[in-house]
This record gives sequence, structure tokens and C-alpha cells, in this order.
Amino acid sequence: MIDILRSEWTKIRSVRSTVWTLAVTAVLMLGFSALTNASARGAAGGPVPGWQAIILGLTGTMLASLSMATLGVLVISSEYRTGGIRTSIMAVPRRMSLLTGKIVLFVAVSLVVCTVASAAAIGVGVAISQPPSIEMGEVARSSLGSGLYLTACGLFGLGLGTLIRHTPGAIVSAIALILVLPTMANQLPGEWGASVAAYFTTNAGLLVVSGQGNGTLGPWSGFAVYLAWVAAAVLAGAVLMQRRDA
Amino acid sequence: MTAIRAVNLHKRYAGTPAVADLSFAVEPGRVTGFLGPNGAGKSTTMRMILGLDRPSGGTALVDGRPYHELRHPLRKVGALLDAKAVHGGRSARNHLLAIAQSNGIPASRVNEVLEAVGLREVARRRVGGFSLGMSQRLGIAAALLGDPEILIFDEPVNGLDPDGILWIRRLMRKLAAEGRTVFVSSHLMSEMAQTADHLIVIGRGRLIADTSVEEFIGRSSQGYVRVRSPRLAEVAELIKAGEPDGDHLRVTAMSTLEIGTITAGAGIPLEELTFVQPSLEAAYMELTKNSLEFTS
Repeated sequence: MIDILRSEWTKIRSVRSTVWTLAVTAVLMLGFSALTNASARGAAGGPVPGWQAIILGLTGTMLASLSMATLGVLVISSEYRTGGIRTSIMAVPRRMSLLTGKIVLFVAVSLVVCTVASAAAIGVGVAISQPPSIEMGEVARSSLGSGLYLTACGLFGLGLGTLIRHTPGAIVSAIALILVLPTMANQLPGEWGASVAAYFTTNAGLLVVSGQGNGTLGPWSGFAVYLAWVAAAVLAGAVLMQRRDA
Repeated sequence: MTAIRAVNLHKRYAGTPAVADLSFAVEPGRVTGFLGPNGAGKSTTMRMILGLDRPSGGTALVDGRPYHELRHPLRKVGALLDAKAVHGGRSARNHLLAIAQSNGIPASRVNEVLEAVGLREVARRRVGGFSLGMSQRLGIAAALLGDPEILIFDEPVNGLDPDGILWIRRLMRKLAAEGRTVFVSSHLMSEMAQTADHLIVIGRGRLIADTSVEEFIGRSSQGYVRVRSPRLAEVAELIKAGEPDGDHLRVTAMSTLEIGTITAGAGIPLEELTFVQPSLEAAYMELTKNSLEFTS
């Protein structure tokens, strides 16, 4: 497995799309934090409470989830697009080991980059809105939650990329499942609709970023529900990858 | 030890057979040509050998085992299927490095193969800008990375300039001379005649011939004598052999001397009296004419 991880590390670090998607993620996180904190400070006409500065610091998570999902898609779909997947499978014919290697490496890279970017976004926001006091434990928890959430979004993309094998198709599916459908689910009528909405992908997953429950789910149970969605996409992709001709 | 063995291989795509009951063995120390018209099932067969496509029936074994059971497959088998199937954004060096690392091949080997195929100067350039010839060399570098005993090349000379073609021919001869197994596909008989020792010919997914090149030539190249004369009908009458073919007579049972003696004796003038040695290409066309997928 070490061999596969080293190989995947070389692959992911040697293409521009990785640098670009990670850079966009960081810029979105920092940029939204700066904008929202500046406007909050202006609106309040004075200092912003610490908890609010932290939450505003992670406003970029919504859009950054899409750049991370794009990176996740590209990790596998770019190989299908170019035909390089054949070279990869010839080198590692145990396809599940190959996919596992890609997943492990992606998760490691994404967790580090996204957690650091989230912490930096909060830092920038706090520097702008200058709350009277801030709870460091909450900063750490929120940064980690945001890092985990963004990584899960990336993994969602990787699973969809494996399943669909076609870059635009997989990215559109990721946008639908991460951004569009959860918003639509919120419009469902009645109690039944509310339950569906609460459990729907990022509606559940985002709870770990804010650290607050939505009445049905808590932050961690919500994240677990989101991970189940991600796992379903990854597993479906894995089954098809194992069965299909490369 | 047989390097590659196909046993009753079958492959169907949506019900249409691409490979049907194909069995053959590829031995080390020689170049084995895998010959057949376009669409005959050569690439499909190679993909099944390499564990990329799952056979609908039968098995393909490499060194006695299915490919996916090999621990570090690239140290046993090197293959070039499609030279353009690489991520264009990666440098040649990183492309090869990722492949080497996956099989525990030392990074120093990357520089060795880049040197061997003549790409050392462009090692840091993005492969998206490579010409077909350069991509082909990069693909061969990847195949050579693990110093494998078995090499599989799918149409390696397609689209290459004469220099490139010559280089690949020499390389394949050299690899076979080192005792390695070289299995190379082509749809051109003339190409195989120059490089291969042994031929496996398929058409419409079925085995047509499994033979040495000499045997193939000997078996299929029966020459004939072409006779043209203003009094062709009389010639035909006189020699009692041959069949009319357009403006000439095609004779297989007599030599030029025999025909010339008879017509000279009868005082019939001849315009042409030629022994025609059929080309290898013609022999191959003859052999595969019933198996062409598309005929013009």
C-alpha cells in the first residue's frame, strides 16, 4: 500500500488542477471570511461577538465544498478521460487497492489543506471584526469540523467520479447533491418533508461546521449521516470499477 | 516456460463476439507477431491478457498466472497499448515516476529508461505537447521501467516516421535476442515480415494461423506465370493450362521456360512472360479475406 500511496502522491502533486482547486478553496475560505466579517463589523457599528466571528469566518465553506468536490472528481475522472486509468490498473491490477490508495491520499491531503485554510479563514475574520473575546477551543473545533466537511465533499466527488467516469457529468452531479438538491429538499412540505430535508446530504453534513444541531440531528450524528451518503457513492463506484472493463 | 497463454478466450460486447474461442501460446526469446485486420480483436485480446477487460469465457495467463495475481506486475510484464493515453499536464519524468513507485521500482530507473528511449532532454516537459513519436517513446519507456521479461506492444509503429519505425523494429529484435518475450500486434503483414519470428493471425476474433514466419510464407506463396499475347486464345489452347484473367493468362502448372518453348515452337508471339512471386501482403490478404469486418 505504501508503494501505491507514493505513486498517488506523485500523481496528485504533479498536475496543475490540484494546485488550482486547492488554491481556489483557500481563496474562497479567506475571501468570504474577510467580506462577511467586515460587513458584520460595519452593521454592528462596533465589536462582533466571538461566536459570530467564528461562524462568519467559515461562510466560504458553502462554495469551497464545490472546489473540493471538483478536485475529488478529477483525481479519478482525469484518468478515465485520458485513458491513463489503463496504465494505473496495469500497474496495480488489484483495483480496490488502487481506489483505496487514491482515497487515503486524497483524504490526507484534503484534511490538512482544508483544516489549515479554515483556521486561517477564522483568523482573518477575527482580525477584521475584532471580537472582544474568542474561545480557542471553539476555533479549533470549528476548523476541524470545516476541514472534515470539505474533505467529505471531496470524497463525495471522488465517489461520483468513479461511478460516472466522466468529468462534467460527475461535477454536475456533485453540485446537485451538495448544493442544489439539499436546498430544494428544504422546500418539501410537512413533517415527512422536514425529516427528508434534515437527513439530506449537506443539510446533515454542514452541522459539523456550525457545531449546532438542526433539531433532528446533532453536529456529529449529522456528519455521520453525510458520510453515509458519501460512502454510498464511493461503494457504488467501487463495485462498478471492479466489474467494468477498464 | 510459456510466457503468455490464451485458453479458449471469449469476449462479447453487448452480445456481439469480439473474440471467439481463441487459444494460443507466446514463447520467450522471439518476436511473436499478432496479426489481423482492423477490428479482428487484437487489442481486446491484449487487454484481456493485461487484466483490463474481463473475458466472457476462457482464461489468459501470464507466466502461468492471471495478470491480476502478479504482485509487482510491471517487473514481469511491460506493455504499450495507447501511447496517447497519458495525462497531458504531467511531465514525462513524473509520469514515469508515478508508475515506477506503484511497483516499487527505484526512481533511478526512470532516468535510465528516459535515456534509453532518447527522451532525457525533454524529461521535464509536459507530455501533452509531445508528438506522436515522442509519446510512443514515452510509452515504451514505461513498458521498460520494470525491466520485464515479457513485453506487449499494440500497434507500436502506427503513425511513426521511418526513423521511429526502424528504431522500434531494432528495439524489439534486441529485446527478443536478450531472451525476452515480445508480443506485438499489427494489421500490416509487411511490418511483421520484417520483425517477427512467429505469427499468430486472427480474423473476426478467431485464430486463423499460428505459425513461424518462414512456414507462413512457404505455405501461402504459390507463384504463377503471367502470359500476354495478341493470340492469347491460341496460347491457352496450346498449353492446356492456366486461366484467363483480364488481358492475360494466369498459369500455375508450368514454368516460364516450358511455356516459352511451346509458344516459340508454334510461332506465336508473346508480349509478356513473367513469373509473379506473390507478396507476403497478398498471402495475408488471401488468408484473411473471409474475415474482414469491412470490405471496400
